[in-house]
Amino acid sequence: MEKKAFQKVYTQLQAITKATIAVKAQGIGNDELAIVGGRLAQVVRIIGDMVTLQVFSGTEGIATNTEVIFLGEPPTLNVSDDLVGRFFDAYGKPFFGEKREIRGEKREIGGPSVNPYRRKQPSDYIHTGIAGIDLNNALVTGQKIPFFANPDQPYNQVMAMVALRAKVDKIILGGMGLSNDDFLYFKKMFENAGVLDRIICFVNTTEQPPVERLLIPDMALAAAEYFAVDKNENVLVLLTDMTQYADALSIVSNRMDQIPSKDSMPGSLYSDLAKIYEKAVQLPEGGSITIIAVTTLNEGDITHAVPDNTGYITEGQLFLRKDSDTGKVIVDPFRSLSRLKQLVIGKQTREDHPQVMNAAVRLYADAANAKTKLENGFELSDYDKRCLDFAKDYAEKLLAVDVNIDSTEMLDKTWDLFSKYFKKEEVRIKDEFTSKYWK
Amino acid sequence: MKTKGKVTGIIANLVIVEVDGPVSQNEICFVSLGEVKLMAEVIKITGSRAFIQVFESTRGLKTGNVVEFEGHMLEVSLGPGILSSIYDGLQNNLKTMDGVFLKRGEYTSPLNPDTEWNFKPLAKAGDTVKAGSYLGEVPENNLSHKIMLPFKFRGNYTVKSVADEGSYTVNHVIAVVVDEHGGEHDVTMVQKWAVKLPITCYKNKPRPFRIMETGVRIFDTFNPMAEGGTGFIPGPFGSGKTVLQHALAKQAEADVIIMAACGERANEVVEIFVEFPELNDPRTGRKLMERTIIVCNTSNMPVAAREASVYTAMTLGEYYRAMGLKTLLLADSTSRWAQALREMSNRLEELPGADAFPMDLSAVISNFYSRAGYVELENDKSGSVTFIGTVSPAGGNLKEPVTESTKKVARCFYALSQARADSKRYPAVDPVDSYSKYLEYPEIQEYLNETVEDRWHEKVAESKNIILRGKEAAEQINILGDDGVPLEYHDRFWKSELIDFIILQQDAFDKTDSSTPMERQKYMLNLVLEICRRSPEFENFEECASYYTDLINIMKQLNYSEYGSEKFMNYEKQILDKTGIKNNN
Repeated sequence: MEKKAFQKVYTQLQAITKATIAVKAQGIGNDELAIVGGRLAQVVRIIGDMVTLQVFSGTEGIATNTEVIFLGEPPTLNVSDDLVGRFFDAYGKPFFGEKREIRGEKREIGGPSVNPYRRKQPSDYIHTGIAGIDLNNALVTGQKIPFFANPDQPYNQVMAMVALRAKVDKIILGGMGLSNDDFLYFKKMFENAGVLDRIICFVNTTEQPPVERLLIPDMALAAAEYFAVDKNENVLVLLTDMTQYADALSIVSNRMDQIPSKDSMPGSLYSDLAKIYEKAVQLPEGGSITIIAVTTLNEGDITHAVPDNTGYITEGQLFLRKDSDTGKVIVDPFRSLSRLKQLVIGKQTREDHPQVMNAAVRLYADAANAKTKLENGFELSDYDKRCLDFAKDYAEKLLAVDVNIDSTEMLDKTWDLFSKYFKKEEVRIKDEFTSKYWK
Repeated sequence: MKTKGKVTGIIANLVIVEVDGPVSQNEICFVSLGEVKLMAEVIKITGSRAFIQVFESTRGLKTGNVVEFEGHMLEVSLGPGILSSIYDGLQNNLKTMDGVFLKRGEYTSPLNPDTEWNFKPLAKAGDTVKAGSYLGEVPENNLSHKIMLPFKFRGNYTVKSVADEGSYTVNHVIAVVVDEHGGEHDVTMVQKWAVKLPITCYKNKPRPFRIMETGVRIFDTFNPMAEGGTGFIPGPFGSGKTVLQHALAKQAEADVIIMAACGERANEVVEIFVEFPELNDPRTGRKLMERTIIVCNTSNMPVAAREASVYTAMTLGEYYRAMGLKTLLLADSTSRWAQALREMSNRLEELPGADAFPMDLSAVISNFYSRAGYVELENDKSGSVTFIGTVSPAGGNLKEPVTESTKKVARCFYALSQARADSKRYPAVDPVDSYSKYLEYPEIQEYLNETVEDRWHEKVAESKNIILRGKEAAEQINILGDDGVPLEYHDRFWKSELIDFIILQQDAFDKTDSSTPMERQKYMLNLVLEICRRSPEFENFEECASYYTDLINIMKQLNYSEYGSEKFMNYEKQILDKTGIKNNN
C-alpha cells in the first residue's frame, strides 16, 4: 500500500485516543482505509467533515501533524494460488521478512453474505479418527464449531490433529493473539506433515498490536471464499483464539465511547461474531467452508458473553477435559454437541450409530451419578459398579483424543463394551439393532 | 415532490441526513451509493436532521450522497403467491435474486407479476363492502386465498363492478368500488400494508378457547397451546430450541405456518428449504412447503432488517387470518430482534436501560405479542394468529430483560432446561417450571372435556403432581442414600421417571414417535396413570428399579411402534401382563 499520486493527504489531526484519531477531511467513504504516519487505519465514523479512524497498530507516537493518506478503498486481499503454503500477517504481508507480495486478483475482505436460499445443506461427514468427535459429535462440511477450552488445555494441538486428518483441499489458519511458541508449533506441524501445499496462514502473534487481530478472520475467510467459491474446493478454516478477537473488539468500542453491554463487550458482539462464523457454507457448486474455532474460557465459565454468544451462533461446541480415571484428555461427551451430526450419522455411517451413541452417553452419565454416590459415601449397587467399569473402558478405548480409528470400528468397540458390562434391556436400543449387533 | 436530503454523518449503519422538506418517523428512504440505492428507515428526527438506519452495509458511503424519501413506512405486498415463498426481512424474494452472494441494493418483487390466478368473484355489483370484505377468491396451493377490499380503505364502499371468473395476474384490476363521496377506486389482487401497524379488520377478539394440536406430548398433554394464543420458549444454547420449533412447524394443526428466522443460523433455514418440500402434511397429504412461508434474516444479514423481519412475518400472519385461516407464527429468536434494537439505541446514544437494552423494550415486546389472537371477522368467520417465540437468554440466565419482558405477556412458558438437555432428555422442556395459562381457562377445560375426555385437565394435574413428588423423592434419595429412605420414595421416584420417559420425552428424529396424535396421547396418559395408581409390593429398591426400567423399556418400544399395529399390540400385551392391568379397549 504505497503512496500514489492524487491521493488525499491531510496533516492536521483533531483528536488522538489510544486506538483512534480524528481528522477533518471530505469525500471520504465509510470503512475506507488510510495510512496514518505509516500505519494502517480504517474509517469508523464520519460526522460532517470530521472523520474518525481506527489505527490498527495503536497510536503511540502519532503527532497532531502526522500525515494521513486516504487510500479510497476498504481492506483487500490479493487472491490466487500464490497464497498457498505461505504465512502472512494481519495485512496480508508475508511473514519472516519474505519480500514477495501476493500476485492475484484484488478482493474486498469482509464482503457480502451468501443468499441463504442458494446454500446447500451441509452433507459430508468429516473423518477425524477421534471417537469423541466422530462417534458422539460428528462434524460435517460447511459446519462451524468451536472448541471451548481453558487456556491450559491442549486445544491447538487437538485442532491441528483434526485439521491434518480431515480430508480437505485447503487448510487456512487464522491465528489471533497466538503465542509465538504456538505459531511455531503450527508451522512445524504443517511442515512435518508435508502438507504445505494446502496450507495458508494469517497470523497475529501476541508480539503484535492487538487491534490488528480484527483483520485476521476476514483475511482468512476472503482467502477461503476464493478457493471454495471460485475453485469449488473444500476449505477448512481454523480460527484461534476468538476470545482474543472479541477482546480487541471491546478495546475499539471502548475507545469510541460506546456503552458496553454484558462483560464490557460491545452490544454488537453477537452480530460481529455471526458475520465471521456464518461464512461457513456448503456451496451449490460443491465447494465448502468449514470453520473450527477456539474460544478460550475463564475457568470454564460459559456464561461469559463471548462463549455465550458464540454458542448461539455456532453449530455446537466441543469441550476438552482431562479424565481423572485414565489420565487422558477426552472430548467431554456431556457438554460437547455437534448440531449437524444428525445429517450424517446413521446415513454416511452405519445405521446403528445414533442409538449406540445415545446409549453409550447415557450409561456414561449413569457412571457419573454412581461416582457422585461413591464420593458421598453411599454403597454402590451392582449396576453402579458395572457402569463405573464401563466408563473407564469407554474413556480409554474410545473417548481419548489419541485414539485413531474409523467410525465402524468405534461402533463395534462400543457394542463390545455394552455386552461386556450390561444386559440388553439396560442398554435400551431398538430390538432390530440389538439382534443384529449384540455380541 | 419527494423530500430529499444529503448525508452528513455515518456511524456504521446509522446515517445522519440533512433534509430539505418534511419527513416522518419510520418513513422509508433510499440512499444513493454509486449505481445502487440502499433502503433505510427514519428512526429519529431533530430539526432538519433525520437519523436513518440503513438496512444494508454502508461501506463506501460518503457525506454529500443524496437521499430520497418515499413518503410511506415500511410496507409489505399482500396478495396470492406468498405461500411457499422465501423472503428476507424486507419481503424481498430470495429465490429470484441472482448469484450466490446477496448484493447490496438488490430488491426483488415479493409477488410474481406474471403468474396468472384463477379468480372467482365473491361480491357482486351493488354490494356494500368495507376493508377486509371478500371481493373474490383464487386457489393458492390448497387454500382459498381471499381477495379483500384493501385494509387501508376507510368507511363503506359500494361495489361498482367485479371481474368475471377467469385468469388474471396480481396487478389486474378485479373490482371497482365507489366511496361515500362518489369517488371510484380500482382494486387489484395486491394491497400494501405498513408492517408496524396491526391489521384490525375484525369484529372482536375473544379469549382463546380451542387447543392447537402440535403432536408434541409435552405441549398437547402437559401445557397445551391455544389457537390464537401466545407462548415462548427460552433456553440456553444447545437445549434444543430449534429442533422443537421445527417440530412445531412440521406438525402443528394450522393452515399457514410462518417461520421468522430472525438473526439465527443460516443452515437451520436451509434445513427447512431442503426438508419441507419433501415432507407431507399429515392432515392434507400435501407438501409441507405449500403451507409454509419463510421470512429469513439470518445472523449475518444486515442487523437493521432483523427488526423489520418479525413485523413482516406478523403482518403476513394477520393477512391470512383475515381470510378466516389458522396461522401459526414461529419466531426464532426474539432476543436477536431485541439485540438489533439495542445496537441502534446505542448508536443513537440513548440512555440505556437494563443490560444496555433500550428503555422501551418491554413495551415493544408486549405490543408485538398482542398482535396475535383469535378473531371473529365481520363475515362471522373466524381466524387466528398463534405466536410462539424463542428467547435466547444470555448465559442461560432467565433473569434478563428479554425473558422478563416476554414472561409478562406470553401465556405459555416452555422453559428449556440445561440439565435435561445434558442428560439428553429431549424435548428439554422443564416439566415443573413450564406452564400453560390456558389450562386454567374454563372455556379451554370445557373444550378438552368435549374433545378429549371428561375431566381431562384433572388427569393432567394428577400427572404433574406425580412428577413433582418424584422430584422431591429423588432429592431425598440423593441426600439420604438408597437405603436411607422408605421404599415408597423409590416407587414415587420411578413413577415420575415413567411419565418422564414415556410422555415427556419424545424422539424428534423417529418417524413414529416424533408426532403423537391427540387420540394416542390420551391412550398413553391413561395407560401411564393406570400404572402409577398401582403400588406393587417390592422386596427392596433394586427390585423396584428393575420393575420400572423394564416397563420403561417396553413402553419406549411401544412409542416407537405404529399405533394399533401388530407390533404395538404385542408390546401392549407385555405391559398389561407385567402390570396386571386389564385391557379395557
